[in-house]
Amino acid sequence: MSISIQTQDFNLADEVAYLEQDNAIDGAVVTFTGRVRDNNLGLKVSGLYLEHYPGMTERSLEKILESAHSRWDIGRVRVIHRIGQLNLGEQIVFVGVTSKHRQDAFAAAEFIMDYLKVQAPFWKKELTEQGEKWLDARHSDTSKAQQWD
Amino acid sequence: MIKVVFFAALREQLNCAGLELSADENTDSIAKIKQLLVEQNPNWQQTFSNASLLSAVNHEMVDGSHPVKSGDEVAFFPPVTGG
Repeated sequence: MSISIQTQDFNLADEVAYLEQDNAIDGAVVTFTGRVRDNNLGLKVSGLYLEHYPGMTERSLEKILESAHSRWDIGRVRVIHRIGQLNLGEQIVFVGVTSKHRQDAFAAAEFIMDYLKVQAPFWKKELTEQGEKWLDARHSDTSKAQQWD
Repeated sequence: MIKVVFFAALREQLNCAGLELSADENTDSIAKIKQLLVEQNPNWQQTFSNASLLSAVNHEMVDGSHPVKSGDEVAFFPPVTGG
């Protein structure tokens, strides 16, 4: 498994190549990319600022990935989360999972994203037409993660 | 010593990224550290009475009763919103 917290952008093709190279045992590759959208809760958004807790972020992601490995028969996992200033349309997060079969890869990728949103110490500040605002956590994200309990 | 750090909206509200506390009986749990911080900074009362505030000890999410000892890093932060 591979985890990166970084300011720089990532290239989807490079990440898929990492997951697939010398990995003929896994027939399934599932990837998810999250991007900065131009609206949230009825407000126009012009960008995001992302902060994290260095040290704890890596540790919490490792635990989430270990948990995914114990639940499903999956192969390689790659997680990238960007931090700092991000503009509209920019990539924020990448989750890639390989497996022998697609069901395990889909489920593990969704599990990792759901847990990342409620367990990994990242915080988003939105730049909107009404100024800067830290995003509140959403109850829907918590209940989504609890569905895996 | 106990290192205490604050993140995101909490850091901005307190206008403080972190501080150090001497370890004693007033700092041996998360709940007591919160109480001590509010005693030392009465204007932090409202911020620290927010029930949704999260805490971590040495990079592990914990609840208020969790023990804290000298050398630990204690973090307080709002609910996370990454992804």
